[in-house]
This record gives sequence, structure tokens and C-alpha cells, in this order.
Amino acid sequence: MSIQEKSRSRGLGITLFIVLLMTPIYWLLNMSFKTNQEILSGLTLWPNDFTLDNYRVIFTDPSWYSGYINSMIYVVMNMAITLVVALPAAYAFSRYRFIGDKHLFFWLLSNRMAPPAVFLLPFFQLYSSIGLFDTHIAVALAHCLFNVPLAVWILEGFMSGVPREYDEMAYIDGHSFPRFFVKVFMPMISSGIGVTAFFIFMFSWVELLLARTLTSVDAQPIAAIMTRTMGASGIDWGVLAAAGVLTILPGVLVVWFVRNHVARGFALGRV
Amino acid sequence: MSKVPDNRAWWLVLPVLLLVAFSALVPLMTVVNYSVQDIFGPGNAYYVGTEWFRDVLRDQRLQESLLRQFGFSAAVLAIEIPLGIAVALMMPKGGIRASLCLILLAIPLLIPWNVVGTIWQIFARGDIGLFGWGLNELGFSYNYTGDPVAAWFTVLLMDVWHWTPLVALLCYSGLRAIPEAFYQAAEIDRASRWAVFRYIQLPRLRNVLVIAVLLRFMDSFMIYTEPFVLTGGGPGSSTTFLSQTLTTMAVGQFDLGRAAAFSLVYFLIVLLVSWLFFTAITHMDKER
Repeated sequence: MSIQEKSRSRGLGITLFIVLLMTPIYWLLNMSFKTNQEILSGLTLWPNDFTLDNYRVIFTDPSWYSGYINSMIYVVMNMAITLVVALPAAYAFSRYRFIGDKHLFFWLLSNRMAPPAVFLLPFFQLYSSIGLFDTHIAVALAHCLFNVPLAVWILEGFMSGVPREYDEMAYIDGHSFPRFFVKVFMPMISSGIGVTAFFIFMFSWVELLLARTLTSVDAQPIAAIMTRTMGASGIDWGVLAAAGVLTILPGVLVVWFVRNHVARGFALGRV
Repeated sequence: MSKVPDNRAWWLVLPVLLLVAFSALVPLMTVVNYSVQDIFGPGNAYYVGTEWFRDVLRDQRLQESLLRQFGFSAAVLAIEIPLGIAVALMMPKGGIRASLCLILLAIPLLIPWNVVGTIWQIFARGDIGLFGWGLNELGFSYNYTGDPVAAWFTVLLMDVWHWTPLVALLCYSGLRAIPEAFYQAAEIDRASRWAVFRYIQLPRLRNVLVIAVLLRFMDSFMIYTEPFVLTGGGPGSSTTFLSQTLTTMAVGQFDLGRAAAFSLVYFLIVLLVSWLFFTAITHMDKER
């Protein structure tokens, strides 16, 4: 085979893979624009009777759109808490050796690897006993279990890329540590912080098991509302598809900005 | 970079320590506490020692679910790792097309896990789903809600769809780190495509592959949401994996002692794998 033919067959292969990858998503999108009647009456490859009604249902019914608001609230809370505690810790791991540092790092990792199902019952009882059940902060704290280790690992990677001479120069200039950290150091790793924030957002957004268990009504995430709707006798497929499409949007809208760091984020900052 | 020994750094990690202790250590202690007691109600518990553990290790339902879990994780690795490498090798090397590929590949990874289940629930149905309808049109009798083999196949296919892009992304970033000079040397030697892969690309992919294998093993080992939404663990218990067995036991039946003992066994397995993971990574960091 000539080089040209080779690159053409490679291009064909990757195109085929991506088309296959996108087909299920297209099917969801396609269905979200159909009426239930069209969905159930037979297979159509695109909506013949194009409608936005399914989306209208979600945006006008509080029991649907409150799910998105609840999810957003606890995700943002989780992001704030995680970044505030993870930034100094990542700095410590990237700059200093101290007693027990390796053990602590491993312990953090083991929490990322712990099956959420193991923590289900104790979380439920812990948050019930301190009166936090069905609040946004309960879910935000529970998601720290896997997001804090992730954030520490990614940030540590970015911080290790900044030479320590910068720190020392700032001290010589007479900056105190907090001042140096916020005014000098954080701007230097701002892209790292952005990438970390994206992944905290993502992992909190996609999680269902803990979020569903720790909430019942007031703080119920959109993911739980979707599963509940499926339990009903007649499934409203069109609305379900529209709700699904709306949960995919936030990630797709911002992934462009972190495209070069996607692998790093999913691999806990180790690529 | 050499690090400065300074124990005052503990003050910087203290917030993380407290937070994770609150959200991990306290719950874990509760689990340990339950696992050695028989609880009939508040203030009515008896110490039973290791009885629950012996019970759990003998429980046939759990053994079956553990076996299914290992089978599933093994199948996931056997398909996703080679496929991911192949996709990474086919990706464009740079420019706008590479960026586009990266983003399209990342999309399945950014979908909430229950929506992944929903997508496949719709996509694989015989009446309204393209995939199920297509298979039936081709003459296969395919029905994932009734046939255990079809259900198992659909869950596996869903996981391949969901996570192969992760392997591909990791391998792609590994491939990009290979200096161009290596390929030029291979060209001078008239190395075959296979030789380039076997002696240049694969050795350089070792580190990312270690990460990919361990991440995929661990995440598939605690899979819950996707099969729960797609099949609900059925038909029968053909797609009930460890997390779902545990969740049913703990929240469904409120069988606290047994669930706690089971949790600890489960956690220990994962901890062992995490330790391997950590050792592999620190080893890599040293090389770097």
C-alpha cells in the first residue's frame, strides 16, 4: 500500500468509529424532537413531525426543571469546597516532603477507588443523623469523597510544572504565604485550575447513586428524576429523551476548552 | 524536582484531611461497627463477631455476583484495551481534525451515567430503537429484556461504547509524546508497520496502558448505574453486578450486618488493586 492509501484507510477507520460512537446519541436527539405518537408508531430516521413540545414540558414543569437547578447547586458547591481544600494540599504535596506524605497520598487515592455502594448506607445514616438529609450540601460533601483526591492529583501535576525559584523569588520580595499563593501562584497555574474545575464539575454531574440516596424531594438531582419517571406505567419517551439531551449539553459546551487535557483529567492527572 | 523536607506542610493538607476523614473515615467506621453486630433496632444490637463475614463468604448469591463481576471486568478489558489502541493509532496527528476527534471521543465520557443507560435502553429496544430494530430486521431474535445472553451482550456493548474513548484518549496522548526522530529512524531501517508498532509505539505506551488497565478494571468493578437503568440487573440476576447486589442488600432489604461485612470484603479487594495502581504510578513518577 502506498502512504496515501494507508492514511486514507486510517481516516476511514476513525470516521467509522466516530460515526458508530455518535449513532446512539443521534438516536436520543432524534427522539427528543418527535411526538410520542411518532415514536411508538414506527421507526423513522429523522423526525417527520418536528416538535419542541418535549423541551417545552421540561422548561415549564417545576418537577422537571428544578432537578437541573438542584444538580447545578450541589455541583457548584462541591466545586467550591473541593478547590478551596485541594489547592493548598496539592501545593504541599508538590513542594514539600513531610512525615506520612506518601501514605496520605495513597489514602486519598483509595477514596477515589472506593465503590460508592460501600458508602451508601453509612452516608445515608450520617447525613440523616446530623439533619442534612435531602439538602444540597449533603450531596456536595458526599461527592468530595472522589472529587477531592482527583483535584489534588491533577493540581499537583500542574504545580510540579512550575519551578520552585518563582516561590523563592516571591518570598524574597516580601510576600507572605497566603498573599503569594493567591496573587502570584494561582494566576500562574490558572489553566490547571480551570481544567481541574471542569473535571470536578463533570464527575459530580455524572454521579447518580450517592446523589439519589441522599435526597428525596427538595434537593433531588435531575438524574434521579429521570429514573423515577421510568418507573411510571406509561413512559413518556419523548420527554425522557429531551431530558437526557439537556444533561449532555453542559459537558459538550465546555469540553472544547479542555480538549488537550481530557486524557489527563480522566487519568487523575497522570498522563 | 527535589522537595524540601518541612513538616509544617501538614497545615496545608489539614483541610483535606479533615474533609475526607469526615466523608470517608466516619462512614467506614460505621460499616465496621455494623459488620460485627446483629441489629434489630435502635439500641437493640448484639455483638456477633465474625459471623457475618463467614456468612457472606459462603453466600451463594454473592459468590455468583462476584464471579459475574470478574467475568464482566475481564471482558471489558479484553475488548476496550485493544480497540482503544487501534482507535488511537488511527487518529489524525494534529490540526483541527485531531481536535475534533478528541472532542467527539470525549462526549460519551461526559454523559451522566444514568443517561448512558437511558440512551441504550432506547437504542436497543426492538420496537423504537435503531439497534434492536436493526438486529431483528437482520433476522436475529434479539430482546435484551427477556434473554440473559442478549442482556449481557447489551451491557457489555454499552460499556465498550462508554469507555473505549477513554482508553483511546490515553493512548493518543501517549503516542503524541513519541519524538518524530524515532519514526524517521524506523523509516531508514525500512521497518514494517507492525515492527514500528511492536518496537517503538507499544513500549512507549506502557505507562498510559498501565493507567488505562487499572482505571478500567476499577471502574468496571464498581459499575452500578448503567446496568441498573438498562436492565435493572435482569433478566433474573444475569446482569446483577457486585454494587447492585450490595445496594439491594443494604437499602432494599436493610440487611445491615451482612451488607456491612460484604462492603468490607468488597472494599478490601478494591484497596488491594488501588495499592497495585499506586505502586505502578509512583514507580512511573520515579522514572520521569
